[in-house]
Amino acid sequence: MENLEEIAKKVRQNVLKMIYRAGSGHPGGSLSSTDLLVGLYFGGVMSEKDKFILSAGHVCPAWYSTLNYKLQITNYKLREFGSPFQGHPYKKFASFVETSTGSLGQGISVGVGMALGKKIKREPGLIWVLSSDGEQEEGQVWEAMMFASHQKLNNFCLIIDRNGMQIGGDTEKIAALEPLKEKYQAFGWKVLEIDGHNFGQIISALRKARENRDEPLVIIGKTIRGKGVSFMENQERYHACTLTEEEYRKAMKELRSN
Amino acid sequence: MKDNLKQQRDYFGEALLELGRANPQVLTLTADLESSLKLTAFREKFPNRFFNIGVAEQNLIGTAVGLSLEGFIPFCASFAVFLPGRCFDQIRVSVCQNKANLKLVGGHLGFSNSGDGASAQAVEDIALMRSLPEMVVLCPYDGEETKELVKVTAEHNGPVYLRISKSEVPPEIKIKNEKLKMTYKKLKIGGARVLKEGGELTIASHGPILEEVLVASQNFDVEIIDAYSIKPLNKEMILKSAAKTGKVLVVEEHSIYGGLGSAVAELLSQEYPVPVKILGIPDVFGESARGRQQLLEKYGLNANNIREVISNL
Repeated sequence: MENLEEIAKKVRQNVLKMIYRAGSGHPGGSLSSTDLLVGLYFGGVMSEKDKFILSAGHVCPAWYSTLNYKLQITNYKLREFGSPFQGHPYKKFASFVETSTGSLGQGISVGVGMALGKKIKREPGLIWVLSSDGEQEEGQVWEAMMFASHQKLNNFCLIIDRNGMQIGGDTEKIAALEPLKEKYQAFGWKVLEIDGHNFGQIISALRKARENRDEPLVIIGKTIRGKGVSFMENQERYHACTLTEEEYRKAMKELRSN
Repeated sequence: MKDNLKQQRDYFGEALLELGRANPQVLTLTADLESSLKLTAFREKFPNRFFNIGVAEQNLIGTAVGLSLEGFIPFCASFAVFLPGRCFDQIRVSVCQNKANLKLVGGHLGFSNSGDGASAQAVEDIALMRSLPEMVVLCPYDGEETKELVKVTAEHNGPVYLRISKSEVPPEIKIKNEKLKMTYKKLKIGGARVLKEGGELTIASHGPILEEVLVASQNFDVEIIDAYSIKPLNKEMILKSAAKTGKVLVVEEHSIYGGLGSAVAELLSQEYPVPVKILGIPDVFGESARGRQQLLEKYGLNANNIREVISNL
């Protein structure tokens, strides 16, 4: 297995490069979800029959950067006119996008439908969906949660990047999500809570997605918004912003030296 | 005679069952409105291809999109006020921005659910669906047309909104003029059909309100077009008829904003300007009544009202 820490470092640098060059984007959530994505794509847990949906479409710089590294594609630019790396994943422009996202709550439902489709066809493979914690406030998420456990979709794994923040600040100050674990359990899900920056815990949790169960699985990864760049960590400004040249250089310097 | 009439939704239920037999990829999903949309026969015949998602229209759409991405052809059926009304953004992003091959069936259009009142009466659903790229909007009238359009809907590779009613409709239209006789097999996306030829006025309409239009237009030299494909519109037929008659009346059981009236006005104002009158539900929500006729009368849409408008044009 490649060194996941090293890959994550390169992905984070690419995230910042993409957002800086594009002149806009969501660095905070992209950096907090990077390790979860790197674990999923490079940790040896995905099979060819699996599918992935980025329901938290706004953190696509992290996903695009992970794919960039995985597929060795470097010629696409974020948010550039005509680019497959649209500001939020858009199937029309990118064949690797299973479903267009960007409006929160929808990717989870679509993933549930795909998992149900695989069940009907008796096809192997898992549906992986990455969600954010702010996204959990959408009513559609709870509709999908209820339905997924009712249908016993054990081929579905939801990963929540629990960085504790949304656009307007702390999730717990806006519309408290806690106790999130107990809420999912009450809805009939198996819940794993992990440190979303610890690759040992990430890989071990992701592997459990293929275990025999009767219920869908959710992995709540506790993370830090802006992880890896000290001045961005847990700062509201970095939810979505334009990075100045100074911020960009300072951040890249920190990521390269760590 | 009236006793023999079936409701349009009955024809839909029959067509869906036939479709289920013909195409194993067809699934039916509903947000707990199985009996209202006449889905029971499909469920009984194909229990493993029927899903009651619960009272959760947003997840209904998402789940159906996922199923379509796995190769199925899901028919999602609910009341038109909820579907598309309650899940517009899910239809916009998950359905249309994926060009997902799924079908939306909105029941109880316009005033056809008279008793339930404003919250249950869909008067703006066409406006919503017509505004979305990739979406096709179909509104059938008689029983055979309803059944054929269900087939057309399934054959199209992409999203379709099929708007149906709880109202009784004739099983088929008896067209006297030999020249106008058409087989229902010719119905298609982007199509329309002339129900009556005339020279002084073009009337374009769709759905069960055509019943009122046909009664109202007796003794007038008017041309009646059943514009069942609201999007895409049969522009050629409307332009040709407008060129012949020089004025157009649109009658629909929908808001005067955003429906067929708007589609026709957009077309004619840009390509062949002639006077256009839009007779629809004025800018109001509905209300409870013991019957649809009371509401049609109040809002100026029954045969008498239409006759008066025709005679003044």
